[in-house]
Amino acid sequence: MGLMLAIRKRFGFILKLFFKKDKMRIGIYGPPNAGKTTLANRILRDWTGDVIGSPSDVPHETRRAKLREGVKIEVDGKSLTIDIVDTPGLATKIDFHEFLKYGMDEEEAKRRAKEATEGVIEAIKWLDDLDGVLLVMDATEDPFTQVNVTIVGNMEARNLPLLIVANKIDLPNASPARIKSAFPQHPVVPISALKGINIDSLYKAMAERFG
Amino acid sequence: MEMEGVQMHLISKEMLEKMPSMEKLRMILDNVKEGKIVVLETGLTPEEEAKLIEMTMLEIDHENFIGIEVESYPVKERSMFSKLFGKPKGRLTVIGPANRLKTLEKQADVIKALVQV
Repeated sequence: MGLMLAIRKRFGFILKLFFKKDKMRIGIYGPPNAGKTTLANRILRDWTGDVIGSPSDVPHETRRAKLREGVKIEVDGKSLTIDIVDTPGLATKIDFHEFLKYGMDEEEAKRRAKEATEGVIEAIKWLDDLDGVLLVMDATEDPFTQVNVTIVGNMEARNLPLLIVANKIDLPNASPARIKSAFPQHPVVPISALKGINIDSLYKAMAERFG
Repeated sequence: MEMEGVQMHLISKEMLEKMPSMEKLRMILDNVKEGKIVVLETGLTPEEEAKLIEMTMLEIDHENFIGIEVESYPVKERSMFSKLFGKPKGRLTVIGPANRLKTLEKQADVIKALVQV
């Protein structure tokens, strides 16, 4: 690791107190099917009128990181300009057999699995070029996955601001409280990116955390 | 009679501290690819965890090796002093092949897992 990068990682949060950036680059991270692209689309639709990608029930639908620059969010007179990076879902394993369940043939499933592995690597590489992270978790699932633990740990090690988004609260078995108790040291905003529930609270939290 | 089962490697804190990151990650991945379960007394740093995921993705062959299962606890909150001058320390970590090790339940301080023989 380069000396400058090491210094930036260790003391970057002190520098940020004195030198605020005009624009923050925010990565949307999380495991596959947590609703990252749905959230990215919701943010873009609300503030720019377009979308970033197509969400899908098939895991690893996003296999390349997508960047949208200059998204201006205004909350309570506060203005925040961000670049949004919608990243492929992080995973520690990718089994092509999973894709066969969605009607793909073996060749297509293996190709998708290969692209998914490349997507995971790309998402990890992006961690070095971000100013903050929205970590999207499916509130109906157990939050203590290795992927979540690794992302939270990396944000803490880099001293970067992190906002946890407890998504899918429109579903009956959602439990944002479980996420709050799993990661008590970070703010958690419960939302439904699909239905737009509590989305204003998320923008407010983003303005406070990243602004 | 020879006993059948899954081989486990329990690596001490002392040994882990002596190993450079890449050597540590290579040792883990080589053992896991051979079907072994690796238990690390002090675990990995968050950066090493991310690097391990990256290396795993490069080695998935979609036939024999489909990835890893990692069991570790979240890193405890660090003080301002340790943020500035200390190194983030991992906690006990278990790593195995994804087709052999399965997480059953994970809490803040308890992990339950199933190992398939």
